[in-house]
Amino acid sequence: MSTTTTRGVAHPASAKASPARPRRGLRGSSTFNFWLFTSPFLIGLTVFVYVPIGWSLWLSFFEARFTVTPSKFVGFDNYWQMLQDSKFTGSLVTFTVFAVFIVPATWALSLGLALLVNRLRFMKAFFRSVFFLPTACSYVAAALIWKMSMFSGVRFGLMNTILGWFGVENIAWLANPDPPWYWLVIVTLRLWLQAGFYMILFLAALQNIPPELYEAAAIDGAKPGWQTFRYITLPQLRATSTAVILLLVIAAYQAFDEFFNLLAKTTWGRPPLVELYYTALGESQDYGEGSAGAVILTLLILIVTLAQGKFLGFGRGDDK
Amino acid sequence: MSAMSSNWDRRSVLRAAAGLAALGPLAACGSNNGRSGGGSSGKSIKQYFHAYGEAGVEDALKRYAKAYDKAAVNTQWITSADYESKLFSALLTDNAPDVFEFHPQIQLIKSGQVADLSDIIDPVKSDFNPADIASHTVDGKIYGVRMIDDPQFFFYRKSVLEKAKIQPPTTLDELIEAAAKLTTGKVKGLFIGNDLHAVINPLIWSSGADTLDAKNQIAYHTEGVKEGIKKMRQLFTSGHLLLDAPTDYWDPSAIVQGLTPIQFCGMWAMPVMQKALGDDLGIFPFPKVTDSGKQSVVNGGWSMFVNAKGKNADLAKEYVKWLWIDQKKYQEDFALSYGFHIPPRASIAASATKLKTGLPAEGVKLFNDFGHFDNIGWTQAMITALEDVFANCVRKNGDPEAELSKADTTVNRELKKLFG
Repeated sequence: MSTTTTRGVAHPASAKASPARPRRGLRGSSTFNFWLFTSPFLIGLTVFVYVPIGWSLWLSFFEARFTVTPSKFVGFDNYWQMLQDSKFTGSLVTFTVFAVFIVPATWALSLGLALLVNRLRFMKAFFRSVFFLPTACSYVAAALIWKMSMFSGVRFGLMNTILGWFGVENIAWLANPDPPWYWLVIVTLRLWLQAGFYMILFLAALQNIPPELYEAAAIDGAKPGWQTFRYITLPQLRATSTAVILLLVIAAYQAFDEFFNLLAKTTWGRPPLVELYYTALGESQDYGEGSAGAVILTLLILIVTLAQGKFLGFGRGDDK
Repeated sequence: MSAMSSNWDRRSVLRAAAGLAALGPLAACGSNNGRSGGGSSGKSIKQYFHAYGEAGVEDALKRYAKAYDKAAVNTQWITSADYESKLFSALLTDNAPDVFEFHPQIQLIKSGQVADLSDIIDPVKSDFNPADIASHTVDGKIYGVRMIDDPQFFFYRKSVLEKAKIQPPTTLDELIEAAAKLTTGKVKGLFIGNDLHAVINPLIWSSGADTLDAKNQIAYHTEGVKEGIKKMRQLFTSGHLLLDAPTDYWDPSAIVQGLTPIQFCGMWAMPVMQKALGDDLGIFPFPKVTDSGKQSVVNGGWSMFVNAKGKNADLAKEYVKWLWIDQKKYQEDFALSYGFHIPPRASIAASATKLKTGLPAEGVKLFNDFGHFDNIGWTQAMITALEDVFANCVRKNGDPEAELSKADTTVNRELKKLFG
């Protein structure tokens, strides 16, 4: 701080002097600076995002087994095959159902946690950290913890140990689709991992609500608690809620890590990305069909997102 | 900030960059090339191995690689579950391995990914198990060198079965009955893996059927296989099968830790089981599923292939010849020192004293009497089609006829692509 102040005082004329000394070449150009700072990201975006997307689109019209430089054009055959593949279409349906459940559940839990930590009078930082920390954990690591120690199907598993105290037999949480206990494992894992992040978004939004609104409501006779929440807090969180739901829907369709690690080689509980992984990389190495599936999935996410945005009013002002 | 700016002028940055560039070659010394000096010839080969569960295998393979003096051999050790996807993806790139282990599959040949190794195998062809040679041959050319044969069967605790007055089962019904009798409290009677995939082929063979026939047509869609699938469903829902074990069938933990008295596993795990259970260990093949069926043993194993599209295909072939054909000492060490595998070469198998007596000798006998080898025409996509049948029928109560018909569509499509 002192250095800055001293330099500022010692050279007050430097700012005035600079216009008299024209900057040379492109260094003074704001256009050059713009490209200098943005080009690394644009190059990365082009190489790692747009080129693969374009290549994938191109591959989807070719028979591309065991090669990414195919020569046999097949038109829409790959799309037709994927839409006829009951495993792929089944995964789309399953995950629409999954999204319908996990999105409101995460929304409610993260909002609940945000309201909880927002009101805390003591150990505020501690509790915020506790709820946020799972976000830093990798999905793969968390999936292995859930699978190997918490929901292992043998007597060593934490859940089976606890159930054993009450005389309940060991449960095969992941190996048996009937009853579908695997959803309990997946949903608890996903809630644990992502609720903290969305809690932070809600917390920021809660802190942006002007206290005057609550004061005015109190003067008008609104009771604190549910009435205030229903008529003041919730409407004020509309923009954040919409953004959170949008992100949750996309995240639900992009689910991969925990499903891949928890449900290896099943035909149930497979999200579309796992299905596409097995199509393109796992067994058949069919990059043509895999790419067609990826295009179908992208279109589906786009449609659902636009529909959801239209329904919930994403992008509309809060005052409308 | 200002202090830093003044220190990090352009000259400093250039000096630092030059320093980093100079350190580059030193950094390369840290790579895992299996050799200390990088090879006197300056040439290098990359080889892929899936991670073997037995202790010492990785060190052994790197030791063999280090002994090769015509090129530096870089060994990539890949977690088993990721092996196929990493291998297949890598084979499409410039960063592909020159040498890799896998199972013989015709699509690798049809897509030109593996090199013809006939010239290096032909001189010693008669020393190899004929079934192993056949499983690597397409149109008279041999495309891989078998490294090890891995028979898989049931291991059981003799004392536990004796106490329950149970003989080693010879039919699937007896196995189901035994699992029921041996289930007590937290101990389940039987473990055949978490996804049951390991017993798919044995079930087909023990039903008197096969995956494909000699004309490469579907041979698994039979009444016997359907009956077998229904029995497996009965076993799955009986509550007597160990499910969701921390490790899968290939790991001996379930039987060693007392989670089950009967486990399907491979001969590779025999030394670990013997160390933990001593003489209280027996083996039996996959039992007969139908009256017309026969007990069976699946003979898995791994083979070495050379990437035909690799930059160093000839060098890689020389290395494969050196290690997996000329170096019998290493081949024997690899087969017998880190778990038991049957050497595919008769001359090595004949001198393998560890396999001559006791339980290992019984394993060899089951391998010879009931063994079924890889079918090069039975590809990964077909394997997956039948895994889906098992998942949908045995674990989800689907209709075997409908699911087998669905698999037929996939398998026929694959067969048409491969054989026209």
